Amino acid sequence: MTAKFKSLAAAQFPHIARLEEKEDLIPYSFDGTATFQTMPDLVLFPTSAEEVAGLVKNAGECGVPVVTRGSGTGLSGGSIPVEGSVVLCLSKMNRILEVDEKNLTLLAEAGAITLDVATAAEKAGLFYPPDPGSMKISTIGGNVAENSGGLRGLKYGVTKDYVMGLEVVLASGEVIFTGNKCVKDVAGYSLRDLFIGSEGTLGIVTKVLLKLIPKPATRRTLMAVFATMESAAETVSAIIAAKIIPCTLEFLDAVTINCVEDFAKVGLPRDAAAILLIETDGHPAAVAEEADRMAELARQHGATSVQVAETAEQASALATARRAAFSSLARVAPTTILEDATVPRSELAKMIRFIQETGQRHNLKIGTFGHMGDGNLHPTFLTNERNHEEMHRVELAMKEIFDFAVSLGGTITGEHGVGLAKKEFLKAATSDLNLEIMRRMKSAFDPAGILNPRKIFNA
Amino acid sequence: MSPAKESEVHTTQNPRPTSLDVGSSVLNVGCSGAGSHSTHGGLKDLDYSILQQCMHCGMCLPTCPTYDATKMERNSPRGRISLMRAIADGKMDATRTFGEEMYFCLGCLACETACPAGVEYGHLFEVARSEVEKSGALNNPRRNAIRSVLLKGLFTRPRLLRLVGRGLWFYQASGAQWIFRTLKLNALLPKKFRNLETQTPTARATFSCDIIRPVEAHAAPRHRVGMLTGCVQDIILSDVNRDTVDVLLANGCEVHTPKVQVCCGSLHAHNGELETASDLARRLIDSFDLENLDAIITNAAGCGSHLKTYGRLLEGDAAYSKKAAQWSVKLKDIHEFLSEIGIRQPQTTATPHRVTYHEACHLCHGQKITKQPREVLKSIPGLELVELPESTWCCGSAGIYNITQPEMAADLQERKLKNILSTGVDTVATANPGCHLQLVDGARRAGRTLEVAHPISLLAMAYRAEKVVG
Ligand SMILES: Cc1cc2nc3c(=O)[nH]c(=O)nc-3n(C[C@H](O)[C@H](O)[C@H](O)COP(=O)(O)OP(=O)(O)OC[C@H]3O[C@@H](n4cnc5c(N)ncnc54)[C@H](O)[C@@H]3O)c2cc1C
Ligand code: SF4
Ligand code: SF4
Repeated sequence: MTAKFKSLAAAQFPHIARLEEKEDLIPYSFDGTATFQTMPDLVLFPTSAEEVAGLVKNAGECGVPVVTRGSGTGLSGGSIPVEGSVVLCLSKMNRILEVDEKNLTLLAEAGAITLDVATAAEKAGLFYPPDPGSMKISTIGGNVAENSGGLRGLKYGVTKDYVMGLEVVLASGEVIFTGNKCVKDVAGYSLRDLFIGSEGTLGIVTKVLLKLIPKPATRRTLMAVFATMESAAETVSAIIAAKIIPCTLEFLDAVTINCVEDFAKVGLPRDAAAILLIETDGHPAAVAEEADRMAELARQHGATSVQVAETAEQASALATARRAAFSSLARVAPTTILEDATVPRSELAKMIRFIQETGQRHNLKIGTFGHMGDGNLHPTFLTNERNHEEMHRVELAMKEIFDFAVSLGGTITGEHGVGLAKKEFLKAATSDLNLEIMRRMKSAFDPAGILNPRKIFNA
Repeated sequence: MSPAKESEVHTTQNPRPTSLDVGSSVLNVGCSGAGSHSTHGGLKDLDYSILQQCMHCGMCLPTCPTYDATKMERNSPRGRISLMRAIADGKMDATRTFGEEMYFCLGCLACETACPAGVEYGHLFEVARSEVEKSGALNNPRRNAIRSVLLKGLFTRPRLLRLVGRGLWFYQASGAQWIFRTLKLNALLPKKFRNLETQTPTARATFSCDIIRPVEAHAAPRHRVGMLTGCVQDIILSDVNRDTVDVLLANGCEVHTPKVQVCCGSLHAHNGELETASDLARRLIDSFDLENLDAIITNAAGCGSHLKTYGRLLEGDAAYSKKAAQWSVKLKDIHEFLSEIGIRQPQTTATPHRVTYHEACHLCHGQKITKQPREVLKSIPGLELVELPESTWCCGSAGIYNITQPEMAADLQERKLKNILSTGVDTVATANPGCHLQLVDGARRAGRTLEVAHPISLLAMAYRAEKVVG
């Protein structure tokens, strides 16, 4: 099958860069997710929607599965090849095509790097808020496909809140544009929204039209230090309950603090049990008032100290340090298995306590950090995939954490998607009927099942 | 369809393999390792957790110049580590393609700076190149011969190297170089190498041993230090060594400079010859009275980065491990040392001078020294430091990379020059002989006048002006 596809693609698209040597394919056999690996048969680097469409058509004819890849930073195994598949890597489709200052929109190719999108917006005095920890290398197409969040989700929402339009190559090889520059549009179903978070299973995004907003006038960054994790969690709940919506409320536990400090050396308190990084932005007067009130609330709920970043450089150093949290944890143990449990914010303290207890019960080392303002935690198991006995305990603990999150009205994944890694837990997080509708949708868009098959669920 | 043909189609778009064929067949070539007893294992003998440390997050990708150029994972740190791991896992052999990839890597270590997980790429990279040399995957007679002459012959014999250096100087001074250029004899070279002749460095008439006495001191010195003269620095930029000694003297040091010093072995370690590198390390350690020196000073970033790893290089050597560990602690880059003891500000009148600073990879990434050279520059009265965009991006010199990978090296050189020229300064400071030559050559190609100077030379100049004035 792949042989036929290879010759078809080669004949029709001789200029598309291709990789098929073992040494070239191994680096495409994994993504940012621990422990999953499958070799692709071929990797192709299309440079336009037309090329993507042509390749998808060929793949359909030959029955070859197509896995789309951005930068391969996904944390649920979404871009890991399936057996006998061809990988379409969009890293060469990385242009920012337009910044429309009249309509406050930006149009980019799907392989554009998230940071480049943010920088292009900033150059025009505008703001693209979603800032996943991986933004300096993740692609905007990957962000759309995972509906990625970031450090500013609390106030500004996630990727889907900024997608105004998408150009998508369908499984049939047809190309549609869904959405436009209008703020309002109810002409028919919003197909655009179906593709957001669809993890490359419904279509391949080739262009993204994004909404931009004016840049906030000022921002202020605080670091609150705590002697227990619960007091940090309670502070978050208190801030929300006080009807304050800062743009960032990030949490780091003691293990994470020390790993991040080893790398970033920004002066995090190594002996703290937890810290909250808090950022508020907007009108200067409002920012000052909010910052004061949040500092006060933190102290009331047990913060041992609250520090204010004095310069913009200091503030951005703290944000950069926070973005390194996940990777820094790899300093502790050979394998880092990160979870994405999310709960309603009123339940954070319970969830945090349960994660701690679960780690102790199974004698596992866990580092936890996350977007606490969103109720989104990343308990990360620090383990060794070569230690099978310990890996078994990790699986047990993982399941318990998911079950507990769901029992609190939460979910198994807040932003990393299901992919391969969360497939077996999806059932618990949603109803059978929901799952059934998803399957029907998949077969409506991709009847032959060639787009990223066996991701999210089996057909 | 012929797959071979297809991959040719693709490779024309990718700067990697075309230049590699030439590069790897010439300089970066293994002395086959036949019969060498190794205390340095290959990838399979490596502590596996060092490879596992890479959790493939991809955070290093945007800082890797080769990935930036091709946008292909094999040319990225994450991709390269995955190949090393495949070899350690027994899933792949150290093939020719693997070997070529390891020599397409600049060894610039930008990935180490970027990696939050603390992956020691530099170490992995040396072991991987050594694996390539042991496997003989890149062997061919020409490569072997050249490597043998350079790495095992020339760069292990300091006196011979100086002799060659003198020859080089004579060749330039006598006008032979001019004749060579005028007659366009370089047209006889293979196409990829035509550019090379113009890159032949300009050697100085004097070496460090001619201009630095074995012990120098001013009255009542506060520190006693050893001075490393380096080999490329010694032949091509021996003035920088003199300047370094002058700066040390001006900062209260008694300076010990052994007349004959072997190459530090960085060239060997980076090119897969860990045994020879260890040998050189032992010899160099022996030429200093380590116990009685406060610090050993180097002014060449590439050497310094390697010299600091002697501790690890010789950790398996019972006779030397202790000395080597002590060496690693005492080894200081000149800027680092000055910053630690406190730079004495030159007492001169300020002459306005705008300077930018290009960070040598092996200083900023290899040794994490970024603030100190700026401190040195800022201590000079009247000097205005203009920050260089992308100051930590490799200039393409990367040891002998500009010889083995001329295309990639030329792209990086052009990018660097563009950034330098955008600052509008007429002087760029940099602290590594390879970068120095690469920038001089880059300016020449761009047809621009640009002063290239070691930060320490600028400081030395300020101290000298001091003497003239007062
Ligand atoms: C250190 C680190 C920090 C992270 N921080 C965050 C965070 O704060 N918030 C967050 O939400 N995530 C985070 N992530 C996860 C990850 O970066 C995001 O999911 C990101 O959006 C993936 O982008 P990518 O380009 O790497 O996509 P890939 O990993 O290549 O692909 C991800 C999925 O999207 C599909 N896909 C990719 N491009 C397209 C396209 N053009 N059309 C259709 N489908 C496509 C793939 O098939 C796959 O299923 C982090 C990851 C790392 C390693
Ligand atoms: S080397 Fe470091 S930054 Fe790069 S992928 Fe590996 S862990 Fe991530
Ligand atoms: S050393 Fe430089 S070229 Fe090599 S992988 Fe690291 S960043 Fe890339």
